[in-house]
Amino acid sequence: MSDRAALVTGASRGIGKATATKLAERGYDLVLHGHGADAVAAVAAELSEKFGVTALHAHGDIADPATSKALIQLAFQSFKRLDALVVNAGTHAAGMLGMTDDATIERLFAVNAAGAVYTLRGAARLLARGKDPAVVLLSSITASRGIAGQAVYSASKGAVAALARSAAKELGPQGIRVNAVEPGFIRTDMLDTLDEKGREERIGDTALRRLGEAEDVADVIAFLLSDQARFVTGQVIGVDGGLKL
Amino acid sequence: MSELQRLREAFRTALDLPADAPVDDLRYQDNEKWDSLAHMSLVATIEDEFSVMIDTDDVINMSSFQEAISILGKYGINFNE
Repeated sequence: MSDRAALVTGASRGIGKATATKLAERGYDLVLHGHGADAVAAVAAELSEKFGVTALHAHGDIADPATSKALIQLAFQSFKRLDALVVNAGTHAAGMLGMTDDATIERLFAVNAAGAVYTLRGAARLLARGKDPAVVLLSSITASRGIAGQAVYSASKGAVAALARSAAKELGPQGIRVNAVEPGFIRTDMLDTLDEKGREERIGDTALRRLGEAEDVADVIAFLLSDQARFVTGQVIGVDGGLKL
Repeated sequence: MSELQRLREAFRTALDLPADAPVDDLRYQDNEKWDSLAHMSLVATIEDEFSVMIDTDDVINMSSFQEAISILGKYGINFNE
């Protein structure tokens, strides 16, 4: 068993998978979560084989508190502690405020906001037993900057940034660091809804003139979880290539 | 050491009480040392002592020493001496 154990939610694809891969590369043992069973099982098997780490997995809707409960129990049974937590599971929906139905509003907050709280709440006591424990939550650059057509999504991700800031103060005395990252436009499934024109517009809004890659975000997350960030907590860090919104 | 004695020790340790302090009638927030911060420390101490992971609902409901006995029973800890 390696020195550190991490739980990553939403690890089946995109930023979550890239982060899990980065941590496995660094020797972390993992508990991985995915919404569906097959995809996360495949990621766990791949990382275990490639990097020789323990990679356990569980699946379920992160908006259901039972899912995070099962993940925490799995981490407890396997490692008795957590050294790192990445709260990445999320959902996206765009739409003008007046055109967003009740179910979409409830779903965005249930997954992005409440799901993050359930996960962090459950993991906190295992993190308190960890070595140099650290948490990274995934917010969004739209939360701090605002963007037309994503008011509800932005609000749900703003809750995540607020959670990081307050949890950092509450958990800091136990030695647990809590930070958040705000990705900009990252080439993941969440951007699949954009047509070519929309994609070009997003690139034009980005100072570095490209979409971000999941690995761009994963590298920052891995840094925030590492000893190199040992005096960094309560921060919300943009990973957006210089986005102007 | 019996399970009951282990639980008493866990309470005394987590709440920073004297070694001979009676704890069987302790209730949350009745004792000045058992506040919300100490409660989280108490839960962690109990979890370590009995090697269990206590659900959030049970953490919230653990409002007395006797309630702790009842809750831990659900996790297979037997307090019958």
